[in-house]
Amino acid sequence: MSDALLTVKNLTVDFHTARGTVHAVRNVSWSVSRGETLAILGESGSGKSVSASAVMNLLDIPPAEIVSGEILYEGKDLLKVSPEEHRALNGKKIAMIFQDPLGHLNPVYSVGWQIIEMMTAHGRPKDLARKRALELIARVGIPEPEKAMKKYPHQFSGGQRQRLMIAMALMLKPDILIADEPTTALDVTIQAEVLALLKELQAETGMAMVLITHDLGVVAEIADRVVVMNKGVIVETGTPREVYHAPKHPYTQRLISAAPGKGEIKLLDETSPVLLRVEKLQKTYGNFDALKGVSFNLTRGQSLAVVGESGSGKSTLARTLLRLEDADSGHAYWKDKDLITIGQRELLTVRREIQMVFQDPTQSLNPRMSVYDLIAEGWDIHKLMPNKAERRKRVIELLEQVGLAAEHVDRYPHQFSGGQRQRIAIARALALEPELIICDEAVSALDVSIQAQVVALLDGLRQRLGISFIFIAHDLGVVRDFADTVIVMKSGEIVEMGPTEQIFDAPREPYTQRLLAANLDPDPDVQAERRAALTDA
Amino acid sequence: MIKMIGQRAIASILSLLVLMVLVFFLSRLTGDPAVLFLPIDATEQMKEEFRRLHGLDLPIIQQFWHYIVDLTQLDFGDSLRKARPALDVVLEAYAWTLPLALITMSLVVVAAIVLGSLAAFNVGGFFDRLVSIISLIGASAPDFWIAIVAIVVFSIGLGWVPTSGVGTPWHWILPIAVLFIRPFGLVVQVVRGSMLSALSSLYVKTARAKGVKNTRLIFVHTLRNGMLPVITVIGDQAAAMLNGAVIVETIFGFPGIGKLMIDSILQRDFNVVLAAIMITALAIFVMNILIDIAYSVLDPRIRN
Repeated sequence: MSDALLTVKNLTVDFHTARGTVHAVRNVSWSVSRGETLAILGESGSGKSVSASAVMNLLDIPPAEIVSGEILYEGKDLLKVSPEEHRALNGKKIAMIFQDPLGHLNPVYSVGWQIIEMMTAHGRPKDLARKRALELIARVGIPEPEKAMKKYPHQFSGGQRQRLMIAMALMLKPDILIADEPTTALDVTIQAEVLALLKELQAETGMAMVLITHDLGVVAEIADRVVVMNKGVIVETGTPREVYHAPKHPYTQRLISAAPGKGEIKLLDETSPVLLRVEKLQKTYGNFDALKGVSFNLTRGQSLAVVGESGSGKSTLARTLLRLEDADSGHAYWKDKDLITIGQRELLTVRREIQMVFQDPTQSLNPRMSVYDLIAEGWDIHKLMPNKAERRKRVIELLEQVGLAAEHVDRYPHQFSGGQRQRIAIARALALEPELIICDEAVSALDVSIQAQVVALLDGLRQRLGISFIFIAHDLGVVRDFADTVIVMKSGEIVEMGPTEQIFDAPREPYTQRLLAANLDPDPDVQAERRAALTDA
Repeated sequence: MIKMIGQRAIASILSLLVLMVLVFFLSRLTGDPAVLFLPIDATEQMKEEFRRLHGLDLPIIQQFWHYIVDLTQLDFGDSLRKARPALDVVLEAYAWTLPLALITMSLVVVAAIVLGSLAAFNVGGFFDRLVSIISLIGASAPDFWIAIVAIVVFSIGLGWVPTSGVGTPWHWILPIAVLFIRPFGLVVQVVRGSMLSALSSLYVKTARAKGVKNTRLIFVHTLRNGMLPVITVIGDQAAAMLNGAVIVETIFGFPGIGKLMIDSILQRDFNVVLAAIMITALAIFVMNILIDIAYSVLDPRIRN
């Protein structure tokens, strides 16, 4: 690859931690040429961001140590240049954008100030920087650039913040743009817009892009080439099409088979009795209508998915059903008791019957309680299982049911991986033998392969124990695999509701169609077809 | 923001009113000023006379009413000891304490921010350790001991500065230096901790990716964020200093509010104590409002 703009060669980086040395990446090599998009695909802990951080000199040394390798740009080894030389390249020649632009933008300075600084930091005059900033803010699709310049990061939506971040990165027309999970925190429709914007800007400027992602769909949509990383090593390299259709390495094969949205669609058992009847549920925060009269039925053993973008009211729905928040009006009949109005004592019973699993098990599990205490706590609250020996036996049974082992019983949450922690959260919910489990983005934070396992686990529980699920999610692939019925929500209302098959194969509402079209398919051919269809239209 | 300051001002005024009531009744519980103020062999008649003169013979509710009426006219009565309006006596003392507090706190803020920030940037290095040790000693050393040692060494031993009193700028050096040490020790540790967490923020990574220079990274990007928790501690320390550095002022014979308050309490000079408490409270309320304003200037998220 003689025309490579940036080349990483045999890079090995170690992290020296209190628990010993971790090989973050070993012998990683990749390169990217002008106008090309290289995707670095990997799950958490794969080391996919490490080489990009080394390119930008963002690794904290120590604890990091660059053991060997070189990073070649314009005939220079970036690992050998002085910090001052490196600083002059950052932003000017190689720019970077990050996931979660709220955290990555300085909260106390206006966005205009931060965008202009990209040029003034490299010695360009301020008035020129201001002019360019206004142009670029308009170019990335932010309305009223003059006003936007004066606003602060928290005054924009997530998608707008990422657009502003992109505008900032492009101020000095860099040769290379590194994007670290640039769309991960965004809604699907916004994700599609941001990726399209990146592609347009690349076509205009001819810059090279390095895109770090965990999402096969993003790779299929935007990448020219992809390197797949696992445990700090590149296991496979190729075009997205080659890698998707003919993966050579067992890890890549596993990753692709775990991609959601390809399984058989489940059918609703229509003979099941109704368990929950929700009628005209309403909730307002100040002058924001979070729920505008939501009604639906849930039957025993049903898996009902609620999908929608952020602000659609799907989490508020879960919180009002559990009475974590009080609805303003409406009813939710659970076995003839109205969840919205029942008294505290009855509510306690209902809280045993309806359990919730949250998105982030790191935060929803008390870090100072052992797995045993976490799972057994519900029995204390509801005065069940008084016999200690029996309790221990049952905790172990529950752990085995969710794929953990007896030896895990006295450990603490931090000793587990994200997927294992979510299993603990599920075991805790199961301990009270619930009839309904509400999962609020319960698998969103997990890696794809873990996600598939947890979804399979939940489905097994549903079939064996007849538990119903309300499954709140934004990932349509996972929903397609798990749910038999789908509710599509937008701005506090149900836009469309129906069997999964109908929603995915023949959506009636334009909004559902848009949502499905924006959802990225891991198959590059499917994505190419969709793009072609879009251009034709 | 104006609304917020208005709310704070109203809350402050209410607290001042409560304080006024409390101070009046608590001070009456401490004993009879006639007994204390007059010579030990004063006759009962002299005491009666003294009480009548100062309205101390009236029923307590009536005294309280007079007290409130006078307060609304900013009249705290006369100092028993100095036979002058109590407010004047207090304001005179403040004219000494205020510059002492201002100069000391300015030095503390500048020194603590610069040294604390640099220590945070070189965390674990020699400079960081040095600053940590100095700040630990500063925060834990008792000021009366430092004051006495300073007098022994610099005034008596080396003869560089006067031992006590006021008059020349030289007289200010030791009180400021001694008062500086403890707040500096505390604030530097808070600055270091706060800057450490700010420096590991994601926006610092963005700034580094932009190619921003290190000095700018510390003093522009991080400092403003790191200052938010620091302001609270600075406010606490400044409030303590406005209360009067009782010990330091006494040791150095500095005629500030702390010394005045102690003297007045010992001699049951109620009116001066009252005036001193009210003015100090007022000063602290004003400062709290200034801190709130500083907060909202630094952090746009608080502004709206």
